[in-house]
Amino acid sequence: MIDSQLLALLLIPLSGGLLLAVFGSRSWAAELNSLMSFGTFVASVVLTMRIIDSGPQVAFGEEFFIDQFNVFLVALTAFVAFTTSLFSRPYMRIEQHHGKLSIGMLHLYYSMYQMFTFAMLVALTTNNMGIVWVAMEAATLTTVLLVSLYRTPASLEAAWKYFILCGVGIALALFGTILLYFAAERLLGQGGTALLWTHLNQVKSGLEPTVLKLAFVFLLVGYGTKVGLVPLHSWLPDAHAEGPTPVSAVLSGLLLNVALCAVVRSKVLVDGSLGTHFAGNLMMGFGLLSVVVASLSLFRQKDIKRMFAYSSIEHMGLITFAFGMGGPVATFAGLLHMTVHSLTKSAIFFAVGHAVQKVGTQQMENIRGLMQVSPTVGWGLALGTFAILGMPPFGVFSSEFLIITTAMHEYPWATPILLVALGIAFAAIFGKIQPVVFGETTAKRLPHPPALIPVFAHLLLVLMLGLYMPPYLADWYRQAAALLG
Amino acid sequence: MQIPLSLQFINLLAALLLLIAFAMLTQRRILSLINLFALQGFVLAISTFVVAYSTSQHHLYYSAGLTLLLKVLLLPWLLHRLIRKLNVRWDVETMINIPTTMLVGIALVIFSFNLAAPISQLAEGITRGLIGIALASVLLSLLMMLTRRKAVSQVVAFLSLENGLFFAATSATQGMPLVVELGIALDVLVATFIFGIFFFQIRETFDSLDITHMEKLKDD
Amino acid sequence: MEYLNLILAILFQLAQLLLVVLLAPLLTGWVNQCQAWLQNRSGAGVLQPYRVLRKLFQKDAVIAYNASPLFRVTPYIVFGCMWLAAAIIPIIAVDLPFSQAADVIALVGVFAVARVFLALAAMDIGTAFGSLGARREMLVSFLAEPALLMVFFTASMISHSTQMPRIVDALAHHQFMLYPSLAFAALAFVIVLLAENARIPVDNPTTHLELTMIHEAMILEYSARHLALIEWASSLKLFAYISIGIALFLPHGIVAVGNWAGLPLAIAFLLLKMLAAGAGLAVFEAISAKLRIFRAPEFLGTAFLLAVLGLLIHFLLGA
Repeated sequence: MIDSQLLALLLIPLSGGLLLAVFGSRSWAAELNSLMSFGTFVASVVLTMRIIDSGPQVAFGEEFFIDQFNVFLVALTAFVAFTTSLFSRPYMRIEQHHGKLSIGMLHLYYSMYQMFTFAMLVALTTNNMGIVWVAMEAATLTTVLLVSLYRTPASLEAAWKYFILCGVGIALALFGTILLYFAAERLLGQGGTALLWTHLNQVKSGLEPTVLKLAFVFLLVGYGTKVGLVPLHSWLPDAHAEGPTPVSAVLSGLLLNVALCAVVRSKVLVDGSLGTHFAGNLMMGFGLLSVVVASLSLFRQKDIKRMFAYSSIEHMGLITFAFGMGGPVATFAGLLHMTVHSLTKSAIFFAVGHAVQKVGTQQMENIRGLMQVSPTVGWGLALGTFAILGMPPFGVFSSEFLIITTAMHEYPWATPILLVALGIAFAAIFGKIQPVVFGETTAKRLPHPPALIPVFAHLLLVLMLGLYMPPYLADWYRQAAALLG
Repeated sequence: MQIPLSLQFINLLAALLLLIAFAMLTQRRILSLINLFALQGFVLAISTFVVAYSTSQHHLYYSAGLTLLLKVLLLPWLLHRLIRKLNVRWDVETMINIPTTMLVGIALVIFSFNLAAPISQLAEGITRGLIGIALASVLLSLLMMLTRRKAVSQVVAFLSLENGLFFAATSATQGMPLVVELGIALDVLVATFIFGIFFFQIRETFDSLDITHMEKLKDD
Repeated sequence: MEYLNLILAILFQLAQLLLVVLLAPLLTGWVNQCQAWLQNRSGAGVLQPYRVLRKLFQKDAVIAYNASPLFRVTPYIVFGCMWLAAAIIPIIAVDLPFSQAADVIALVGVFAVARVFLALAAMDIGTAFGSLGARREMLVSFLAEPALLMVFFTASMISHSTQMPRIVDALAHHQFMLYPSLAFAALAFVIVLLAENARIPVDNPTTHLELTMIHEAMILEYSARHLALIEWASSLKLFAYISIGIALFLPHGIVAVGNWAGLPLAIAFLLLKMLAAGAGLAVFEAISAKLRIFRAPEFLGTAFLLAVLGLLIHFLLGA
C-alpha cells in the first residue's frame, strides 16, 4: 500500500520529465507541466494523510523511509512545485514573446523542471544516505542548465559558479557519507544496510565518535554549501539573480530545504551517537554566521533578486540555528519557519518576476512606483516583503518569535546578535522596497492585471499560519519535532 | 606484524595515487593533465580490483570494471575529443609559482594525515591509513581547482576529486553498496556531459575558455 | 674463528678501499661510453678517464700567483672526503670494520665539507667564473641537501637506525615488503643524484658555456695534478652516490654477517647493479634536456616534495 503511494509520488514527476523531454516543445507543454505537478501534489497529499494516520513507514525493502518530518517536506515541496508551475506558465510565455527564450530552451526548462522535482523527492524520501547524496547531486545537475537558460554572459558565469561550488561542496558531503559508512560498516556489516538511516539510527550509540565527528563536519560543509550557509554561499545570489524567476523560486523555496533536511538527518545521528551537542553547536555557529553576514550584505544590494537571495541565506541561517538548538520548541519553530519561508519567498519571487518583466530591469533604482503601474504586483510584493520581514500577522513572525524566545531561554548570548541582525535586515529590505512599491513613476499603467493567484494563495497560507494554526497541523509539526529531538 | 602482500600492494597504489595528484597539481599542459587523469583512473581500477580479490567481494569487481570503463576509457576519450573540438589541445597554462603550490600541497597532506590519524588507529587490517591518503588527494584536487584558470583543467580537477572519493569508498571502506556506486557513476557521467555543453556555451559567449572572464558578478 | 673473521673483514675492507678508488673512473668511463653509443658515436672507450688522469698527472701545475694555501689543499681534501665516503658505504657486505662509521648524517656532512672547500677555493682566485660557479653550486646543493636528508630519514625510519649497515641489513635480510615510502624516496634520490653530480637536467659536465655551467666553472682555475684529483673525486662522488642508491633501494645481494662464501656472488651482483645504474644514468641524460638554471630550484623542489611525501606516507601507512 505504502509502496504504491510512494511509487505514484516518484513516478509522476519522473514520467513527467520523460514526457516533456519528448513533447517539451509542443504548445501544450506548459499545461502538461502544471498537470504533472498537480498530480505530484495530489500523490503527496495522499501519502501525507497516510503517514499522519499510521506513523513512520519504510517502503521498498527499507530503501525508502517516510516519517512526519520528511513527509511534511514532501508535501511542501510538491505544493510549491505545483504553484510555481502555475506561475511559470504565463511567465515563461511572456519571456518567449520578449524573445529572451527560444522554444528549445523552454523544452529544456519543462523537462528539467520535472526531473528536478523528482530528484528532490527522492532525496527527501530515501532511507539510504548514499542515495541522498546521489539525488542531491542530480538536483544540482538538473538545475545547473536552468540557471544558464538565458545564455547571457552573466547567467553562464552564475551557472558555472553554481556548478563548481556545489560540485565541490557535494563532493565533501560524499566524503562525509563515506566516513559514515566506514563507521557503520563495523556495526552493521558490509553491504546495503549500513547506509540506511533507520538502521543507523538504531545503532547510533555504538558508532565510533571520532569518525562520526569528522563525518558530520564534512556533511555539514558539503550539504551546507547547498543550503547556502556562509562562507560557502557565494553561488546562491548569483544563481538566483541570473536564472529565470521560477527557477529562483524553487531553488530558494525548495532546494535549500532539501539540503537542510539532509543536514538535520545527519545531525540526529551524530548527536545521538556522541551524546553531546557537537553537531548542534556547529549548526548554530554556521547558522548564526549566515544570519549576520547575509543581513549585513543586504545593504549593498542593488539587484532586487539578488537582495532576496541574500534574504534566503539569512532565513536558512535562522532555520539552521533553530535546528541546531534542538529541543521540541526550537525544532517546531524551525519546521514552521521552513514552511512559511518557502511559501513567502516563492511568492516574493513570483511578484518580483512580474515586476521585472514589466520594467525590463532587475536594478532596484530603475523599478519605481509599482503601485501605480500595477496594483496587484505592487500589493503582492509589499505584502510579501512585510511577511518575510516578520511583521506580526504573518506566520514568519510566529516562527521567528518562537526561535528568539527559545534562544533567549537556552542561549542568551545569541539573542542580541539575532535581534540586531534581523533589525538590520528589516531596515535594509524595507528601505529598498518602499520606493520600489510606493515611489513616483512616469511609467504607464498596465492595460491588464497579471495573473498572481499563486502569490496571494501563498501569502494567504502564511497569514493563516500566523493567525491560527489548525490543530492537526500543530500535531503534525509536534510529531516531526519529537522525531528530530 | 606481517602485512599481507595484497595490502602492501594497495598501499603502494595509494601512494601512487597521491603522487599522481601532485603531478596533476603541477602539470601545465592540458593534454598531459588529461593523460594523468586517465592514469589515475587506471591506478584506481587496479586498487579496486585488488581489494575485490583480497576480500572476495564480488560487487567490487563490477566497481573496478566500471571504473576502468568510465574513468580510463570513456571520460578521457570524451575530454580528448572535447579539447580537439575546442582547439585547446596544446594550451599551456600560466600558473602561479609551482614551488609554493607544492608546499601548500604538502601542508594539506600533513593536515589530512593528522585528521585521519585517529581514524586509521580504528581501522582493522586492510584499510589502515588509506582514508588519510584519500582525503589528501581530495584536498589536493580542491587546491588544483583553486589554482587553475582554465575551465577544462578545473573540470579535470573536479573529476580527479571524484577519483579520490572513489578511492576512499572502495579501498578504505571496502566498497559502498553497489546501488550507491552506480548512482555516483551516473552522476559523474552526466556532470561531464553538462561540463561539455558548458564549454561550448562559455566559448561561444566569451570567445575563450579562460574563466578570468567570469568574475563580473559582484555585490554592487 | 672470530679472529679469522676479523682478519678477513679487515682484508675485505682494505680491498674495498682500494677497489673503489681504482674502479671509480671506470664507472665514469662506462657512463660516457653508454652516452656515446646512445649518440651513435663510437666513443673513447671505458678506459678514457684513466688516460685523462695519467695525462694530467704528468703535467706541471700552474697556479695563480694570488692563490692562497686553501686553493692548493682543496683538491686533496675533496679527494679524501670522496674516497672516504665511497669506501665506507656497505655495498658488498654489511659488517666490514669501517662501515660502522657509515652513518647517513655523517655521510651528508662529509659531502658538505668537500663542497664547502671546493666553493671556497673557487672564490679564492677572484675570477668571475669561480664565484659564479660557487654561487650556483651552493644554490643547487642548498636545495638538494635537505632532500637528501629526507631520503635518509625515510630509510632510517623504516630500519630504526641512521647507520648504513643497519639500514641495509633491515632492508635486505628481513622479510620482503613493498615500501611505497621507499619508492618515493628513490625517486627523490635520483633527482638529488643528478643535481649533486652535475648531471644533465641540472648541469652539463661536458660543456664550458658560461651561461649554463655550474661545476665546471668552479674548477676552471685548476690544472695538472690538482685537476686530476678533482676529476677523480668527481668519479668517486658519482660512485659513492650510486653506492648509496644501491645500498638503500637495491640492497638484495649484499651479504649478511659472517657469510664469506657469498662474497663472490655479492661482488658479481654489485658489478651488475653498477653497470645497470651507469647505463640508466646515460639513458636518462640522453632523453632529457638541460633545464634553465632558474628552473633547477623547481626540479629540486620536486625532490624535496617526493622525499617529504615518502616520509609522511611512512608515518601514515607504516610502510
